Amino acid sequence: MRRLRLLVPITAVFLVLFVASPALACGGLIAPNGSVQLVRTTTLAAYHEGVEHYVTSFEFAGDGEFGSLVPLPGVPTKVIRGGDWTLQRLALETQPQPTGELAFAAEAGAADQARVILETKIDALDVVVLEGGAVSVGKWAREHGFLLPPDAPEVLEFYAKRSPIFMAVRYDGSRAADQGLAAGDGTPVHVVIPTTNPWVPLRILALGAPAEAPVEADVYLLTDGEPATLPVPIGPDEASALGEEIRSGLVLERSEAASPTLLADLRSDKGMSWLPSEDVWLTYLRVDVRAGDLTYDLAIDASGAGRPAPVAAGLDPVATDANGSGPALWVALALIAAFVVVGELERRRSGRPAF
Amino acid sequence: MRGLRVFGAALLLGAAAACAPAQADPAGPRTIEIWLHHSRFESSTIQADAGETLRFVIVNTDPIDHEFIVGDDAVQELHEVGTEAHHDPRPGEVTVIAGETVMTTYTLGEQDLLFGCHVPGHWAYGMRGVVLVG
Repeated sequence: MRRLRLLVPITAVFLVLFVASPALACGGLIAPNGSVQLVRTTTLAAYHEGVEHYVTSFEFAGDGEFGSLVPLPGVPTKVIRGGDWTLQRLALETQPQPTGELAFAAEAGAADQARVILETKIDALDVVVLEGGAVSVGKWAREHGFLLPPDAPEVLEFYAKRSPIFMAVRYDGSRAADQGLAAGDGTPVHVVIPTTNPWVPLRILALGAPAEAPVEADVYLLTDGEPATLPVPIGPDEASALGEEIRSGLVLERSEAASPTLLADLRSDKGMSWLPSEDVWLTYLRVDVRAGDLTYDLAIDASGAGRPAPVAAGLDPVATDANGSGPALWVALALIAAFVVVGELERRRSGRPAF
Repeated sequence: MRGLRVFGAALLLGAAAACAPAQADPAGPRTIEIWLHHSRFESSTIQADAGETLRFVIVNTDPIDHEFIVGDDAVQELHEVGTEAHHDPRPGEVTVIAGETVMTTYTLGEQDLLFGCHVPGHWAYGMRGVVLVG
C-alpha cells in the first residue's frame, strides 16, 4: 500500500532574516563581513513509508560565507544533493511566481555540547547535522561563526523541546565562484529522515525579523488523502475579506488530487522515484503573517484520523522528557491534584457546595 | 545546567565579597544579580540611592553574547552606534560571553540611568532597563 503522507515544499522568506538588519546585527547566519545575502531558500519535505524527505534549495548572492540553521524532526540517514527541478515543478503547479524559502523542525535535548552526527559537502554548501539542546546548538553555531539574532535562544529552545536535531548549512561564496555558480543559482539539498512524526517548522521563518515584518511562505503537502492540519487554515475568500492590513496566518489555496503529469514530472527528477505515481492529494497552503504572530509550526495528520497533534504544532508544551518517563507531566498532574485537594478542603471549610 | 550557573554565580559573589576593599559601609556595595535569559533582562527596574555604589553580577544563560552597559542616554547612544565588538572591563560596562557570569561595579550620581545591551539588534529587541535613583 502506498503510504505517501506528506510532501512539503516551502518557498518562504528567510530573506527577512538576513537583510532586515545591519549585517552584524542580524541573524544568525550572515558572515561577519556581511558580503553575502540570502536571496532565496526553498524547501520541500516529503513523507513516505516512515521516511521523511526534505529537499531544500538555497540561493545566495555574494562571495563570502553564509549559513543557516535548520531544525529537523529526526536524525537523517543521509544528506545528498537534491533533484534539479522538483521544487520548481511544484511551484509551477500551483503558482507561477515562486517567492521565498523555508525551514524545518525538531525536538529537545540538553547536552552540554552539541554532537556532530553527519557532515557533508554539496556544491558550495558545507552541511553539518547536529544533536543537542538549544544552548549547546547555539553555542556550537556561535563557535563556528554563526551570528545568531537576539530571538535565537528562545526559538532554538522552542524547537529543541521537540527534537534535538538541527542542520547547519554554510555557504562558501569563494567555492561557489570556483565551481562557476552564479548569483541566483540554487543548490538543492535532499535530507532523508526516518520518523513517525513529520511536521513542518514555520516559526523559524520569523527568526531575526522585527515583530511587524511580514513573513510569507508557500507550503505544499502531498498525502495519501486529504490531510488535517493544525493550525486550521482559512479559505482564500475569507483571507481576502480581512483586508490588506490584516495578515491572516495560514491560507488554504489549493486542495485537490495531484495531477498525473505533476507526479510524473516529480518522479522523473533525481532522488524522487519513491513518489507514488497516482492517488496523491495535493494541498497548497500560503503563510502570510506578521513575524511576531508566527509562534507555531504546522502539524499534519495524513492518517485519516483527523487529529493533528498540538504539540507538533508547537501549541502545547512538551510533556515528556527525552527518556519518555514524562516527569513534567507527572509534576503537572501532581500540582493539579494538589490544587484539587486544596480546593476541596477549602470548600469543606467554607461549606460551599461543589460545582 | 542552571544549577551549575547559580553555583558559579554564588562563587563569584563570594569571591567578590572576600576581595572587596574596606569601605565606609562595612557591608560593601549592594549586590544586584541580573539574569539574562532569552535575550531579556529578568529584572528591568532597579531601585537605588543617590551616590550608592552597586555591584552588578550578570548571569548570561543564553548561547549568545550580550552586554551590560549602565549610563545615561548619551552613553547608551554611544554604544548603540559604536563599533567595539567586546568591551574592556570598565565600571558599568561589560561584555557577557554566552553562558558566563561577570561582575561590574558602578557608583551612581543623582540622576536615573539606563542599562542595556548594545550587541546589534539587542537594544531594539528590548534588552534594556532603568536604574531609578532616589
